[in-house]
Amino acid sequence: MASLVIAEIDPSSSQLQGSSLAAITATSQITSKIGSQENDIHLLIAGYSSDSEAVNKAKEIPQVSKIYVVPPNETSEKLFKYGVAEWLAPCIQQLHEKYKFSHIVAGASTFGKNVMPRVAAGLQVSQVSDVTGVEASDVFIRPIYAGNALSKVKCTDPVKVLTVRSTAFEKAVLKEAQQLPVEELSFTPDTNASKCVSWLSEEVSQSERPDLTSARVVISGGRGLKNAENFKILEALADKLGAAIGASRAAVDAGFCPNEMQVGQTGKAVAPELYIAVGISGAIQHLAGMKDSKVIVAINKDPDAPIFQVADYGLVADLFEAVPEMTKLLDQNAKTAVHS
Amino acid sequence: MKVLVTVKRVVDYAVKVRVKPDGSGVDLSNTKMSMNPFCEIAVEEAVRLKEAKVASEVIVASIGPSQSSEQIRTALAMGADRGIHVEVEKELPPLVISRALKSIVLKEKPSLVILGKQAIDDDCNQTGQMLAQFLDWPQGTFASKVKVVGEKLQVTREVDRGLETLELRLPAVVTCDLRLNEPRYATLPNIMKAKKKPIEKLGLKDLNCEPSYGLQTLSIFEPPKRQGGNKVESVAELIEKLRNEAKVI
Repeated sequence: MASLVIAEIDPSSSQLQGSSLAAITATSQITSKIGSQENDIHLLIAGYSSDSEAVNKAKEIPQVSKIYVVPPNETSEKLFKYGVAEWLAPCIQQLHEKYKFSHIVAGASTFGKNVMPRVAAGLQVSQVSDVTGVEASDVFIRPIYAGNALSKVKCTDPVKVLTVRSTAFEKAVLKEAQQLPVEELSFTPDTNASKCVSWLSEEVSQSERPDLTSARVVISGGRGLKNAENFKILEALADKLGAAIGASRAAVDAGFCPNEMQVGQTGKAVAPELYIAVGISGAIQHLAGMKDSKVIVAINKDPDAPIFQVADYGLVADLFEAVPEMTKLLDQNAKTAVHS
Repeated sequence: MKVLVTVKRVVDYAVKVRVKPDGSGVDLSNTKMSMNPFCEIAVEEAVRLKEAKVASEVIVASIGPSQSSEQIRTALAMGADRGIHVEVEKELPPLVISRALKSIVLKEKPSLVILGKQAIDDDCNQTGQMLAQFLDWPQGTFASKVKVVGEKLQVTREVDRGLETLELRLPAVVTCDLRLNEPRYATLPNIMKAKKKPIEKLGLKDLNCEPSYGLQTLSIFEPPKRQGGNKVESVAELIEKLRNEAKVI
């Protein structure tokens, strides 16, 4: 039996999202534990034709051995490209009924979270959310209670439907393009739900910075920044470090920055090499999204802030002085490095 | 139109839970329990639809232990009209919960079901989507804005890229994100009034729903502890440590 990974493609760049590359790594960990000969990984790319850039790029993933595509037509193009669950879920279900996969896997991004429970319910099985560890082909680890506990679950359903936390698995590394079988499916869902939904519009925040969930360095601001204008002092530091900028819920709720920057239990989970928390107290819900970072730095003027309990390096200081100073010192160091 | 809203009794969001040493679960004895924060947002949205004369009746349903009636009362005090309490002893997975909710929906025939996007205890983020599938209704998950336009619903969703807007024909299922609204506090007179509002008690059997378990929890354990707590004196020292000790910049 093969496993199926549901590809999430960025509609603006046609690139496979990092969450899908991590899902492929997780799936290869699962299939390596099955121990049978038939442990292939197949990939479903819906909304793109066989000769599209997205499909060509997917051929560079060494773990993948077959690709299914659902070529777009006028009606379905946006519905598939934006992962509309009422279209994608019955499509996955139909593919499963034809090939009987052992596992159906997607990244635990908003795309995966939206569609996979619908797939599971359609197949009358449970779904395991946000898997962070693979113990066996049917035993998985996942965080509960905002990451304050880990749960080891055994899935006894005939097909395991999973979403995986992308920061818990390395992203699959693209190699040279391989010759892969690409099967075209023509699919139009015949469900009431699929007829009742249309995709209207989107608002995408433009940013030159690296993607929050895959950045090597993340600088996050909280309520301590006081207003949206002050968030700019993080930008200068982020520029120096090539960092992405995140935020606590308090900062998002106060309107300092858009919600897709939120790090935490209900926002994004990040695990960069360096996480710098600026003016963030460190509530349980925020820690849930960043405590797997390799090195955590906290800059806060309250020495009792809970963030200091998880920070590898804590600096008790006024962020309005400390952050510009840090930017300046990095600047000077960079100049010295150039001169020497 | 009728609106059905669901609430779950969970450990209060501010409580740091303790894992039992025998790995059987988390210790919830003497722990403060509350309505799941996302469910509060769902109730608030339903009540606002009623205040805007879009909804004629708001029904609140909860599936949980006998004490879940407290959370139903809270929803009634916020402005819901009546409650349905499906009493169950054990925590059930979203697959079973959504099957039971389907039976309630078929009985009550609401045009809209509003749920929270996830419960902060199991962090599953599944029930709304599963319910929508079981009903063959469209879904608007992670909603930050909901607008009823005639027989249709415009839902703005919080997605990784930013925001996207879908149009769903009613009946539909919506799950709430944090920024949909700010839930009101129940006032004392409303709390008193809520005591007179009816709550129907049901069992899973009344809904023709059998608990099934495709998932088995083997153990619950503590995540690895971080060795945090070190402080530095100055920005210069911080940079020096990050460069030479941690080697991350």
